[in-house]
Amino acid sequence: MFFTYFGQYLLLLKSVFRRPEKWKIYRKEIIHEMNEIGVGSLGLIAIISTFIGAVMTMQIAFQLVSDLIPTSVIGQINRDSSILELSPTITALVLAGKVGSSISSQIGSMRVTEQIDALEIMGINAPGYLILPKILAGITMIPALVIMSIFLALTGGLFGGAISGAVTPADYINGITDGFIGYTVAVALVKAFVFGFIITSVSAFKGFYVRGGALEVGQAGTRGVVISCIAILVADYIITALML
Amino acid sequence: MIEVQNIHKSFGDNHVLRGIDAKFEAGKISLIIGGSGSGKSTLLKCMVGLHTPEKGKVLYQDEDFTRMDFEDRIPIRKEIGMLFQNSALFDSMTVEQNIIFPLEMFTDMSRSEKIDRANFCLERVNLAGRNKLYPAELSGGMKKRVGIARAISMSPKYLFVDEPNSGLDPETAILIDELISELTEEYQCTTVVVTHDMNSVMGIGDYIIFLYKGQKWWEGSNKEIAHSDVEELNNFVFASPFMKVAKGQF
Repeated sequence: MFFTYFGQYLLLLKSVFRRPEKWKIYRKEIIHEMNEIGVGSLGLIAIISTFIGAVMTMQIAFQLVSDLIPTSVIGQINRDSSILELSPTITALVLAGKVGSSISSQIGSMRVTEQIDALEIMGINAPGYLILPKILAGITMIPALVIMSIFLALTGGLFGGAISGAVTPADYINGITDGFIGYTVAVALVKAFVFGFIITSVSAFKGFYVRGGALEVGQAGTRGVVISCIAILVADYIITALML
Repeated sequence: MIEVQNIHKSFGDNHVLRGIDAKFEAGKISLIIGGSGSGKSTLLKCMVGLHTPEKGKVLYQDEDFTRMDFEDRIPIRKEIGMLFQNSALFDSMTVEQNIIFPLEMFTDMSRSEKIDRANFCLERVNLAGRNKLYPAELSGGMKKRVGIARAISMSPKYLFVDEPNSGLDPETAILIDELISELTEEYQCTTVVVTHDMNSVMGIGDYIIFLYKGQKWWEGSNKEIAHSDVEELNNFVFASPFMKVAKGQF
């Protein structure tokens, strides 16, 4: 069963990456999707990242009770956790729910109302026209959102530490700048790129092959989110194992 | 001209089409009729490439469409216009955007030329001035007419129509039939209509094939259908009380 679906997914991807009929139309769609996925998710990701950063700072401070450990370590731990794991993975899981379900239901409802058939009869490569712009928008905008998330998580940590008195701003800034390795950001970006691809392509796949009516479209959305989340966690493990 | 030869199509154990042969000529309206589950829509979908038959051929001007790959099908698909049963309009686009969509994809027309073409198509289906409405704001009959306007925007050589009158009042249904008839004449296109509607059969059916249990049971014109002695066809054609009354007048 798994291999049947996986094969079907690969065949769909092959159709998605077929040469577009007219780049001008695709360009317009890509910009539209970048706006939907990127700009449309800015607020949610900003709020989540800021609060996670603030909470992380307080929790790390709570666990570091030894007088032998300088408080600047709180900033270091928060920085590495945010860059390597929290920002890419939580951003991706949140977007799998928000963006993924929207993609599945959008494409699924086009399928059940025969709009995809109409595209195919016109001679338009429906997988390319409907899915390629979403994938390209996903693999560009999700890394951008992750960068923003990292920045806001660290900023949230600064304010969280200062307001709660867990760490002074000077110690925190000293911690996040001390021993910074740029490579960790590269790891985060690779994760974000892969997660962006997973979220958009898996959700689109579930929507594209939906059969039935409104109920099945909803179910496809849910399945798309569940499969995307599992795939994100598996990919997270593999990338971490390979790159660190 | 479109020719189908020995078309077989199954879904699992359900053998829906069992060797259909037919020729659909240019400039004429061909009707595919039959009861529910007889395979009408499946045959239409095999003809336009939405289903792949297990056996048999669909020939467009002697070119085997069934064995072509996606790229080779594109020139033929550009010549196809189709009206779906539920219109299948792109619901996030306005009426005008729906009509100019194929033009944007496949032509190098300027913006004003595309708008002119959309206006022409809308006038043709008596919907002038409705450019900026969304499909959700249209009635069933208007959606069908927008579907027809979209189908003719590329001046099709082949026009496929799936249940054009379903869900419409008799007056609107007749208007749609007349429109299909006029457009077939105007574009000299090969028009294939799947229908249950006996008004369409009697009104516009130049060539009719009757499907029964996945087979072509009868073929002829609307003038011949009332005098057929095929029992299954008569049961289908004269099922309604109105047609039973009308039978005596044929």
